[in-house]
Amino acid sequence: MRRSTSRRDRGSDRPRRSRNPSDRLFRGATLGFALAILGLALLVAWQLFIHSKLSREQFGWSFLWTQTWDPVAGQFGALPFIYGTLVTSVLALVIAVPLGLGTALFLAELAPPRLSQWLAFMVELLAAIPSVIYGLVGIFIVVPWVRVHLEPALSGTLGFLPLFRGAPYGVGFLTAGLILAVMVVPFITSVSREVLLAVPRVQREAALALGATRWEMLRMAVLPYARSGIAGSILLALARALGETMAVTMVIGNKPQIAASLFEPGYTMPAVLANEFTEATDDLYLHALIEIGLVLFVVTVLINGIARLMLMRLAVPAGPVKR
Amino acid sequence: MHLLPDLKKALPARASLAPTPEEAPEAMRTEALSAWFGPHQVLHEISLRFPARQVTALIGPSGCGKTTYIRCLNRMHEVVPSARVGGKVLLGGEDIYAPKVDPVLVRRRIGMVFQKPNPFPAMSIYGNVAAGLRLTGLAKGRSLDEIVERSLRQAALWDEVKDRLHQPGTDLSGGQQQRLCIARTLAVEPEVLLFDEPCSALDPVATEKIEQLLFELKKRYTIVIVTHNMQQAARVSDLTGFLLMGDLVEFGRTESLFTTPKDPRTEAYITGRFG
Repeated sequence: MRRSTSRRDRGSDRPRRSRNPSDRLFRGATLGFALAILGLALLVAWQLFIHSKLSREQFGWSFLWTQTWDPVAGQFGALPFIYGTLVTSVLALVIAVPLGLGTALFLAELAPPRLSQWLAFMVELLAAIPSVIYGLVGIFIVVPWVRVHLEPALSGTLGFLPLFRGAPYGVGFLTAGLILAVMVVPFITSVSREVLLAVPRVQREAALALGATRWEMLRMAVLPYARSGIAGSILLALARALGETMAVTMVIGNKPQIAASLFEPGYTMPAVLANEFTEATDDLYLHALIEIGLVLFVVTVLINGIARLMLMRLAVPAGPVKR
Repeated sequence: MHLLPDLKKALPARASLAPTPEEAPEAMRTEALSAWFGPHQVLHEISLRFPARQVTALIGPSGCGKTTYIRCLNRMHEVVPSARVGGKVLLGGEDIYAPKVDPVLVRRRIGMVFQKPNPFPAMSIYGNVAAGLRLTGLAKGRSLDEIVERSLRQAALWDEVKDRLHQPGTDLSGGQQQRLCIARTLAVEPEVLLFDEPCSALDPVATEKIEQLLFELKKRYTIVIVTHNMQQAARVSDLTGFLLMGDLVEFGRTESLFTTPKDPRTEAYITGRFG
């Protein structure tokens, strides 16, 4: 994998501290930039922390499991937003993981190399579309389609599940999950494809030489080797889905409620921040919103961190098997 | 194939009983085997005969095509994009490149051990040996445990790993890993074993163990080994072929090829004048 070689190259002949003044200046300046990035992240965390003081003092940990969100009465609980964020993200993964992994397997294992490169390029372009565009497509195309076709079809066939009951609004958890799924597929596909391509040829040949078919080779040699990298790609997608703001805000309905049905409108943490900041006139309201931001920050940083660690572990191969 | 034991029973008096390589029945043969990578031809019409239960070594300088040749013998060459094969490889008289033949089934009959030990890192020692048997249609009714033990014993690894069968295969040393890969290959009971420079990544002690193992394995299997180490070829093989630039220069009994080579190029190579 590219990452691992670059790391190895860097480690071996890294220059010692130079006496040349321009070298030292360069070193100092780049070190400063690197530290500034880290400092910014810490500063964000610190600011979120101190500016949510009123809310933290008034509600304590119960902020996380209170359902009421009533700015007029000064009652704030984050649970509907946490719930909405989790439901839409999980729904997005349920759709995007099979789609993204299937695409990655096709691109890495089955497609002719030229087609694979071209398709991978197109998939990565999906990630470059601004989320507000996804939101617009969501409002004008996906929402009506979901209301008229998908939701009646689902309640007709799977209506015995509480997930698929109720009036078809079009806007709601289901639509938000669909849009998110399309937005995170490129992450799963492009990272998993790289991971699959990084499985050493000797591993594949070991399976083939035992008389494995192509599918058996994938199951026996390729997928186990790529396991943690694929999990990392899924977590990256999850982190992205949790933090997505604009597109979700435009299609979820923005109603702070906890509902069993996916057809119901809901609300997510990023969406409430985007929508209500300008309206937050009193300090407690503002602090409550910032505390939601803090929760979101901590959750996404944690998940991203775990994802990166899993991808890093793959770059350092287990045992002397890598060619 | 079953001629050998009968022959031994029939002629108990003769001292050196092993038939000369030329007398041994044939297990495998190539006829005008050529191979290409894209437009580049790397093997030129090589015809060779591999006697049953003998070790045939292929030597030659780097890039002479010996690895490509051995990879053609179990249809692994075609796994590489743009690779192409011409000519025939006959296993027990049947051409493994005939249109109706499934390469998957060919590879089950002709096992292969690679240059670098390549156990599956996600599997235990036991899992590695059982891997081939867990493929569809190979369970064979006998218990997996039995086959795993037998294969590990044949690969002279059982005593070293019997107490830690469920630890990862990659925890073993390089030489043990290579013997694990041999056990993995033996477990599916192939007819022919191909070794592609099996010791090139191993130290001398581990190399000696593998060479001893070859003597044991040749009682039951037909073996083809590619090596860039001439001493190794001289030690382990009954027959030796010398390849140069994709051509078979000389082929014959190992003693005669190394002591009285017929071709001046062979002589130059084995006396260390090039390669």
